[in-house]
Amino acid sequence: MPKDGIGASSKRREDIRFLTGVGKYTDDLALQGQVHAVMVRSSVAHGRIVRIDTDAAAGMPGVLAVFTGEDFAEAGGNPAGWLINSRDGTPMREPKRPVLAHGKVRHVGDAYAAIIAETAAQARDAAEQLAADTGIEELPAVIDMEAAIADPSNRVHDEIPDNLCFDWGWVEDNRASVDEAIRNAPHVTTLELVNNRVIPNAMEPRASIGEYFPGTGDYRLTTTSQNPHLTRLLIAAFVLGIPENKLTVVAPDVGGGFGSKIYHYGEEAVVLAAAKKLGRPVRWTAERSESFLSDAHGRDHVTKIELACEKDGTFIAFRTDTKANVGAYLSNFATVTPTFLHGTLMAGPYKVPNVYVNLKTVFTNTAPVDAYRGAGRPEATYSLERVIDKMCRELELDPYEVRRKNFLTPDMFPYTTPVGLVYDTGDYHATLDKALEMADLSGFEARCAESAARGKLRGIGLSTWIEACGIAPSNLVGQLGARVGLYDAATVRVNATGNISVMTGAHSHGQGHETAFAQVVASKLGVPEESVEIVHGDTSKIPFGMGSYGSRSLAVCGSAIDKAVDKIVAKGRKIAAHMLEAAEDDIVFEDGSFTVAGTDKAKTFGEIAFSAYVPHNYPLETLEPGLEESAFYDPANFTYPAGAYLCEVELDPETGKVQVVGFTCADDFGNVVNPMIVEGQVHGGVAQGIGQALLENTGYDESGQLLTGSYMDYIMPRADDMPVFNVDYSCATPCTHNPLGAKGCGEAGAIGSPPAVVNAVIDALHRAGHTHVSHIDMPLTPARVWAAMQK
Amino acid sequence: MPKVTMTVNGRAMKAEAEGRTLLSTWLREGLGLTGTHVGCDTSQCGACVVHVDGAPVKACTALAMDLDGAEVRTIEGMANADGTLSAIQQAFQDHHGLQCGFCTPGMVMAAAALLQENPKPTEAEVRHYLEGNICRCTGYHNIVKAVMAASGQDVSGLGIAAE
Repeated sequence: MPKDGIGASSKRREDIRFLTGVGKYTDDLALQGQVHAVMVRSSVAHGRIVRIDTDAAAGMPGVLAVFTGEDFAEAGGNPAGWLINSRDGTPMREPKRPVLAHGKVRHVGDAYAAIIAETAAQARDAAEQLAADTGIEELPAVIDMEAAIADPSNRVHDEIPDNLCFDWGWVEDNRASVDEAIRNAPHVTTLELVNNRVIPNAMEPRASIGEYFPGTGDYRLTTTSQNPHLTRLLIAAFVLGIPENKLTVVAPDVGGGFGSKIYHYGEEAVVLAAAKKLGRPVRWTAERSESFLSDAHGRDHVTKIELACEKDGTFIAFRTDTKANVGAYLSNFATVTPTFLHGTLMAGPYKVPNVYVNLKTVFTNTAPVDAYRGAGRPEATYSLERVIDKMCRELELDPYEVRRKNFLTPDMFPYTTPVGLVYDTGDYHATLDKALEMADLSGFEARCAESAARGKLRGIGLSTWIEACGIAPSNLVGQLGARVGLYDAATVRVNATGNISVMTGAHSHGQGHETAFAQVVASKLGVPEESVEIVHGDTSKIPFGMGSYGSRSLAVCGSAIDKAVDKIVAKGRKIAAHMLEAAEDDIVFEDGSFTVAGTDKAKTFGEIAFSAYVPHNYPLETLEPGLEESAFYDPANFTYPAGAYLCEVELDPETGKVQVVGFTCADDFGNVVNPMIVEGQVHGGVAQGIGQALLENTGYDESGQLLTGSYMDYIMPRADDMPVFNVDYSCATPCTHNPLGAKGCGEAGAIGSPPAVVNAVIDALHRAGHTHVSHIDMPLTPARVWAAMQK
Repeated sequence: MPKVTMTVNGRAMKAEAEGRTLLSTWLREGLGLTGTHVGCDTSQCGACVVHVDGAPVKACTALAMDLDGAEVRTIEGMANADGTLSAIQQAFQDHHGLQCGFCTPGMVMAAAALLQENPKPTEAEVRHYLEGNICRCTGYHNIVKAVMAASGQDVSGLGIAAE
């Protein structure tokens, strides 16, 4: 392993500030003259606002302003980022998502007013008063997706009679052939399952600070965002109509995102409007209870999947029928998550000729649902890997051999799937073999016996997953309905003294970009990592960027950096050719030095940088001074990481409690820049997947009250719920179409792990004779497992 | 508004407090010591753990007024006198025991308290002790590893490829 640069486990430079308490998260910033905002949120799931009497609240101590939905009636809606057409060609229903609820409230926690006061405590006091002075006529809540569709009299949005956003099929041309294949197949396994709604719970609650500078008319928003440029675009072009060049969005240190901080939220518009009105900085920080109610939730699919196969387990077709909950409003990527991030993955890493995906997307009186770590791909993987496991039990086939029989083989790439993707590389046999070796499969029976001696049941579960990440290219996604491009941008600025500032459109909120991106640049330029500084999270400093989500940072943003560095080297060669009195074609750049090929005549990178800024001996007639280059990079394709996960569980038959006792990951992420960081990403993703599989559930009662609105009720994974993870990424097949050969690793763990856990529990039950249990819905709580064991 | 005085990281500090002011609020807003983070409102997440008179306390569970005269240590007081990372902080960096960094101050303060009570904890003891500290990023593997390494134990059994 190298000591630094690409491939080294360089220690993270950002850790120093986090470990000493001097990181600067949004709520840590104190501004001169700042005042505080508190949101007033609906306590009912569905209701008509008949009266808001602001007088008493406005007169309370310290209160400076009260905003209601009426104040933003002229503002634009917060738009959906992706237009999906129903199977009949009609565009999706896209109800306006206002800054503050106006006319109706549509979920518990829907903010309909905001109080601005000198202190947060004063604002909270006034918010309680305003809630008491608000009249809301409660309407029946639409909670269950089946009921939402079945009862057209009860509508989340008055103008949408069937509560459907769209009714989508993928790929429509496959439909007849898939139906026929399933009709004629020797065996069909059917499974109905729920992909449970989860709440992202980044440990830093959302927070925003708005500022307005009357001298210039500039606005500044400091906010907990994974993608500040996108937030700026949405506020500027859609919601508040602020010219983009008069709005700066800064996302400083951000304490985790997992998808939930991709989106623009109404509070960001409120603090900007309030800052302008009051002429003072206005800050808002969510309490955790508000996060539970108002952050975008994840998953929430109900699916029926059918797998048609030969008696030997050779796949013939997959057909799915899914209902996806989008909640009360369309969050920015709510419509692409269950469609193009889910339907396109429904062939898995397998050679299966027929796949058809049916999807209905449903409005309900619950918090909006959007992309959460993995976003659509965990849902697809869970359906596939669970139904395959069930089929293996029905036909008494070996799950490892069935995977091997159906895997695509390396000679088949590039491979066009029946659901529209072109996989570039992979070696699924290699990762499966590696996982089986690492997990010591041969010792499993002995471990079972050891567990049994302690009165416990043991099981092992497999999942072989693939994902499509670094979503692209822009012209294709545009045809599919995307309203944004999916490129990224970087500027590499070499300073006169030779140190380097890299401005990236990626945003790091735990991923370690400040370290890993510096490794990439240092390796390419042959300079020490310490001389490279990564700048992110500020629209005033960075050319543009789509931010960090979808495992795209290294594959897309890193590639933009790579391209910009190439331009630096190209210019450096011109400068060196002049200084060394040689032809440009004869200049070789290696290990930080520009050399005339075949000679010892050379200039260091630092000498070239100095010359670019002090151009005394410089080709000024043909070349501009300075050494700064920008690049935009639009990928040619998605990247396709894949892997094999094996989970071992121990189950207490007396209580139904499941403990994960071993978890093995053999992944293919292509080329790896920082192994330590990659391993950490896998650990965290797997932990979130285990959390979803065993612990985390989001419960709404029939009136739409959130039953799991705090850490007392929503079960977050804790240290003693987690095993030691056994992680490997040596079976690498580099991505063929980006310069780093990188595939992305951030979401892998959350995609691959839930079916491995559930398959392991079913395995434990079958080994113990509970063969009537073919499925248990997540989370596999002790109560659910115990109940399933009772015939 | 009444003022409360405490010894924070070895220095006498004074700031205003209402009756309802939590220790976490007093540290963050009164003293500007924003290293102590607030991740929840039910005293579950542990991001705000500090040491009060030598014992770990979730700073959101204590009222500042009750602690007049107390001795408090926060994450800002954990580094060595020369500013370098203390052994436990260094172990978190060495073993990648943090990602977004938000839970980290509470995690480090809890881990330091554990090692005071139990200088050579087993893996199970570490996991049990840290139950009151939620991390969403790391899956805890590298946190456990860092705490055990800080206690001087061999963590190669918890080790993986990136050693």
